[in-house]
Amino acid sequence: MVAVLPRRGGKPRLRLPSWPWRITWAYLGLVLFLPLAGMLLKAAGVGPAGFWEKATSPVALASYRISFGLAALASLMNGVFGLAIAWALIRCRFPGQRVLDALIDLPFALPTAVAGLALSFVYSPEGWLGAPLMQAFGLRVSYTAVGVAVAMVFISLPFVVRTVEPVLRSLEKEQEEASWCLGANQQQTFFRVVLPQLLPAILGGIAQGYSRAVGEYGSVVMISSNIPFKDLITPTLIVQHLEEYDFEAATVIGTVMLLFSLVSLAVINAIQVWGQRYQGGASSSLSKS
Amino acid sequence: MKGQRKPLFSLSQNAWGSGLIVLVACLYVGVIILLPALAVVVQAFAKGVGVFLENFRSPELLSALRMTLLATGIAVPLNTIFGLAAATAIARRSFPGKALLLSVIDLPFSISPVVVGLMLVLLYSPTNGLLGGVISSLGWKIIFSWPGIVLATIIVTFPFMAREVIPLLEEEGWEQEEAARTLGASNWQVFWKVTLPSVRWAALYGLILTTARALGEFGAVAVVSGNVVGQTQTLPLFVEDAYKQYQTELAFGAAMVLGGVAIVSLLLKVLVEQLLEGERKSSKADITE
Repeated sequence: MVAVLPRRGGKPRLRLPSWPWRITWAYLGLVLFLPLAGMLLKAAGVGPAGFWEKATSPVALASYRISFGLAALASLMNGVFGLAIAWALIRCRFPGQRVLDALIDLPFALPTAVAGLALSFVYSPEGWLGAPLMQAFGLRVSYTAVGVAVAMVFISLPFVVRTVEPVLRSLEKEQEEASWCLGANQQQTFFRVVLPQLLPAILGGIAQGYSRAVGEYGSVVMISSNIPFKDLITPTLIVQHLEEYDFEAATVIGTVMLLFSLVSLAVINAIQVWGQRYQGGASSSLSKS
Repeated sequence: MKGQRKPLFSLSQNAWGSGLIVLVACLYVGVIILLPALAVVVQAFAKGVGVFLENFRSPELLSALRMTLLATGIAVPLNTIFGLAAATAIARRSFPGKALLLSVIDLPFSISPVVVGLMLVLLYSPTNGLLGGVISSLGWKIIFSWPGIVLATIIVTFPFMAREVIPLLEEEGWEQEEAARTLGASNWQVFWKVTLPSVRWAALYGLILTTARALGEFGAVAVVSGNVVGQTQTLPLFVEDAYKQYQTELAFGAAMVLGGVAIVSLLLKVLVEQLLEGERKSSKADITE
C-alpha cells in the first residue's frame, strides 16, 4: 500500500497546512490514545502478582481456550472453504454468481446482533437447520460451543475470500499451461504452482478472520449459553466481570485481549510484507527457469 | 477433506471439478449466510405485514431507534472529517513511521468491541474511571448515557473513511493540486475543488461503511450504555433484549429494520464500487481536463 513517490522535488512547496495533521493527532489522541493509556494505567495499578493471578484464573483460562480454540477452528475452516468460494467466483461462470458475490459481504454489513439472532434461531433444536442436525446426529448447535463456532465462522467468512480474490485474478493462466506442458498433472500444478502463490493471501485472510473471531461479541453472546467452562468466550467474561463490579479482573483480562490484538496486528502486517516480497520473488524465479 | 479427491480443484478444462467447487461454495454460503439472513425476513413477516408494522408502536423500539440515529448522526460526520483530514495528511507523503501510523488507525478493527467499551468505562466511569471525578464535577455523564454511546460508536467506526480514501490518493499524483496552486488557489480551494472531487466515490464508499457499522455496533455500546430500556438502549441492544425476554416478534421486527439497512448499504456499495472502478480508469484522462 505504500506508494513510492517518484518525484520529491516539489514536495516542500506543496505541503498542505498543518491543520489536517492537527485534526488527525487531536482526534486519535482523544478517541484512541487516551482510552488506551487509561486502561494500561489501570492495569499497571493492579501489580504484577495480582495481574498474573487474575489473568490466569481458572475461569479466564477456560475462556481463552474456548475463544482462541474455536476461533482457530472457525478461521481454518474459512481458509479451506474461502479458497473454494474465491475460486468459484474468479475461475468459474455460473448462474447466481453475482448473488453469491454479494452474499459474501453480508457478514460485514449485517449488525452482529441481527446475525446472532438469526443464527441462534436457525440452529436452535426447532430451527430450520438445528432440527435436522438434532434428528440426524443428535447435535445441538445453539447454546453450545458448536454454536459459538458457527457464529465465528459466520463473521470471519468474508476475510479469506476477499484477500484471495485479487491474487487469484492476477495469476497468469500461462503459468498453469506451462506447468502442464512440462508434464505436471492437475494436482502437481495446483499444489506446486497455484497454491504457493495464493498462500500469503490465504494466511493473511485466516489471520484477519481469526483476530476478528477472537474479539467478536454480539453474535456469539446470543447463540452461546454463556456458561463458564462450557461456552463462555473471553469478551463475555469481561462483560460479566463488569456487571459484578469486578473492575480489576475486567481490566486485566481486557489488557490480555488488547495485547493479543497488537500481536495479531503485527502478524497480519508481517504476512502482508512477506506476501509482497514473495510475489516479486515468484515471478522472478519463474522468469529465470 | 478438500485435497483427497482428485478433480476438486478445477483448472479450466475440467468442467466437472468446476461444478463441484461451485456446489461446495454455494452450499457453504447457503448454510452459513443465506439461510440465517432469510430467516430474519421470514420471521419478521411470518404473521403478515400488519403485525410487522404493529412493532413500530412499541415505545421501547422507537426510543432505541432514536438513540441509534443520534449516535450515528454524531459519529458519522465527525469520523468523516477525521478520515478526510487523516487521508490528506498521510497519503502521498513518505515519512518515518508512516506504516506504523496506518496500523494505529486500523487498530479499532483488531481490538474487541468489548475492550473498546471497557476502555471508556475505565476512563469515564464516575466511580472507577480515571477521569470520573473530573467528569462528575463538571456535571457531565458519559458512561450509562448517550455521550458514552456516541464515543463508543466513534472509536469502532473511525478507520473506515481514511482506509478507503488513502489508497486512491496514493494512486493519483500531485499534478492536479499543483496546477490548481499554480493558478493561485488557496489550500481550502484546492481541497474542496480538486482533492475532494477526485476521491468522491471512495469517500462515499467509506461513508456507507461507516454508517452501516455505526448503526449496527453492539459490543462497545453494550458495555457503556447500561442498556436502560427506553433510555440508553440502541436498536441492536433492543434486538438482543427483546429476544432474551421472549418477545420474538419485536426482536425480529427490529432485526428486519437493521437487516434492511444492511441490504441497502450492500446495494449502494456495489453501485459505488462500479463508479469507483470507472473513476480509477478515467483518473489519468481527468488530468487533461
